[in-house]
Amino acid sequence: MPDAAPPPPPAPAPPLSTATTTATTTATTTAAPPPPAPVTAPALAIRGLWKAFGRKVAVAGIDLDVPAGSSFGLVGPNGAGKTTTLSMASALLRPDAGGVWVHGRNLWADPLAVKVQLGVLPDGVRLFDRLTGAQLITYAGLLQGLDRETVASRTADLLRALDLEADASTLVVDYSAGMTKKIGLACAMVHAPRVLLLDEPFESVDPVSAANIRQILASYVATGGTVVISSHVMDLVQRMCDHVAIIAAGHVLAAGTVEEVRGGASLEDRFVELVGGRGTGEGLAWLRTSSD
Amino acid sequence: MVAHLVRLKATLLRNGLRRSAWQVVGLVVAALYASGAVVVAVVGLGALSTQDLDMRRTVVVLAGTVLVMGWWFLPLVAFGVDATVEPVRFSTFAVPRRDLVIGLALAGLIGVPGAATTIVALASALPWWRQPLAALAALVGAVLGVALCVVGSRAITTALDPLLTRRGFREAAALVVVVPLVLTGPIIQALAAQISGRASVLTAISRQMAWTPVGAPWALGSDVAAGQWVAALAHLGIGLAALALLVALWAGRLVSAMTPRRSATGPTHAGVGLFARFPATQVGAIAARSLTYRRRDPRYVAAVVPVLVFPVVFAVSVGKVGLLIAVPLVAAMLGFSIAADVSYDGTAFWMHVIAPVRGRDDRWGRVLATAAVGLPLVLVTGLVAVGIADRWELAAPVLGFALGSLASALGVSSVASASVVVPVVPAGSSPFASRQGGSMAAVGTQLVGMGVLAVLGLPGAVLTIVAATTGSWTLGGVAALVSLAIGGTALVLGVRKGGELLDRRAPELLQSLRSMA
Repeated sequence: MPDAAPPPPPAPAPPLSTATTTATTTATTTAAPPPPAPVTAPALAIRGLWKAFGRKVAVAGIDLDVPAGSSFGLVGPNGAGKTTTLSMASALLRPDAGGVWVHGRNLWADPLAVKVQLGVLPDGVRLFDRLTGAQLITYAGLLQGLDRETVASRTADLLRALDLEADASTLVVDYSAGMTKKIGLACAMVHAPRVLLLDEPFESVDPVSAANIRQILASYVATGGTVVISSHVMDLVQRMCDHVAIIAAGHVLAAGTVEEVRGGASLEDRFVELVGGRGTGEGLAWLRTSSD
Repeated sequence: MVAHLVRLKATLLRNGLRRSAWQVVGLVVAALYASGAVVVAVVGLGALSTQDLDMRRTVVVLAGTVLVMGWWFLPLVAFGVDATVEPVRFSTFAVPRRDLVIGLALAGLIGVPGAATTIVALASALPWWRQPLAALAALVGAVLGVALCVVGSRAITTALDPLLTRRGFREAAALVVVVPLVLTGPIIQALAAQISGRASVLTAISRQMAWTPVGAPWALGSDVAAGQWVAALAHLGIGLAALALLVALWAGRLVSAMTPRRSATGPTHAGVGLFARFPATQVGAIAARSLTYRRRDPRYVAAVVPVLVFPVVFAVSVGKVGLLIAVPLVAAMLGFSIAADVSYDGTAFWMHVIAPVRGRDDRWGRVLATAAVGLPLVLVTGLVAVGIADRWELAAPVLGFALGSLASALGVSSVASASVVVPVVPAGSSPFASRQGGSMAAVGTQLVGMGVLAVLGLPGAVLTIVAATTGSWTLGGVAALVSLAIGGTALVLGVRKGGELLDRRAPELLQSLRSMA
């Protein structure tokens, strides 16, 4: 558990070590020697990541390896540090200590070169919502340095794939919450990044669209892309991810393939067991309708 | 319920102060300023009791009129209405409409302007303290006057609000421009009359104002003091009728305001609009986005309003030469309009942070968008001003100085918006809304920026004035060149410095924006 202000963990070694093991890792909560990494650099390697806001430590030394071509679920209770971790991995938030490597390149040492490889969908931020849907995707594409023709054709493709064609000329401010998520996802994918970092991508998305998005992400992974999603919906993670990390109070409690982590039980039961704090469900006697 | 709403406003104010030091600073400065003004007003009103009846009446009615008009019209152009207690937030609660109206009106009095207004209004009974009955009537008038201030201000902004949030808000924005313009005339006339020592003109104006809804409540005290009971009843009637009308207007609007706002869908914009017309580069994209926002974001439109009003004010108050002075000032203000650009982006700024965009390109894009609007605007107003003043020998120095000021201001803004973010109204909320204390931080940045700008503008200004007094064409040319050289240098250096700041601190800026959201 994070104390008020422990010293930041020692500077980590870059993850391009020579050890050869499987692509999976079991991260520990200590900042001890970095876990073994595969020969081919993981799509995303996080070492000793640390972030405190004032006296509150949000992320207390997280190590993670996301193998290339995997779909990786980041689960944890509210306030566990999922969003903070993803923000630091996507160049939105500078870590107090630790580092992030994308396909072996240090994000915070060379942001301009590494950012191109990342597709980011943050949660709880606004979009430039006075643009139309088509304009917003175009803007995202141009900011990533794509040329006009590529942006135009990909914008059309994305609007079609995400079923937003009819609303291409509507201002994003007039979109529903689910449509806003979808347009944000389109912006994250327009430059065909090698790694997608998606914070709560399915929140308030309707089931049909969610199935659509899952299919898009599945084919993206099948062709070598890497997806990291955060969620607190265990079922979803169990269904669409092959790897998972359980985070609570700024630490990684367990990480690896979904099978390894859940160890026979359902992911949700394993999660509750690890995180703890499950109430008994009693104590609200007055809630029973028969009590009057 | 009414008490709940008032307490809610007080709690919001207190919690707001706890959240940000800037807001405390803002409140303290505002409170100091207001208490100074209140002391002066109260002492003045007390001293007024020694004057004759006509004088007392004139001053009280005119001051009261200005007070009410200020509450009604200033939010449209300058300060905005405090949106901390917005009716739409209560849409899920079954609050009786009557309670909501009274509660929101009283909540409007919590805060510095409300408190100051109430004290000054009640002090308007002071001139009549020797005649208790008249003083009592004045107190009744004061309460009525304060009610008119608060309810009128709410009614007018709520009534105009949907106009501005709809796509066709430009027409309404034009209306916002017209209001102060219409007001400028009478105010300047009154000032001119005072300067020429004709107090009788003011007395005449005050007599007319007393028969309008904004002036009527303030005439009650003098009516009773003079024993004009019919006039007193008539003034009371006018005030009450106006209040009833405004309450009805506001309450009617509240119902529609309580249904969460979905801005009306306007004409569909086929394709990608300006993005197709700017070069397909990062700089071009950012410029296209900024320019698109200038049209669709009411906050940017509101920023242009003072720019349009400025030359008119100068022309009326100083004369034709005033126009020539106004042009460089307008140019500087236009350049300054991006001094809080990153703050206006709000958390949407993340799209720039995750993209491989150099800080310098971010800066150039925003500068380009402002220049696309500012350059033609400055050139046209400059030529028109020179033409009206008929001083063509000053065309080069005035235009050169104006363009130099525009460039310098753009350079200073590029550094300012990359170094501090200030709390601003989020995009899409009412253009009339303002955030407590936010404007103070903005004013702080503005003051520092203006200081730098003044230093940068000094050589050009001196040379231009010398050229104007000697009428030398050569000197005019030199002035223009010097202004342009300084402006160009300031722009390039400002963009470079601002770009470096962004490269280094973009995540930190985003973090501050998130904490303000």
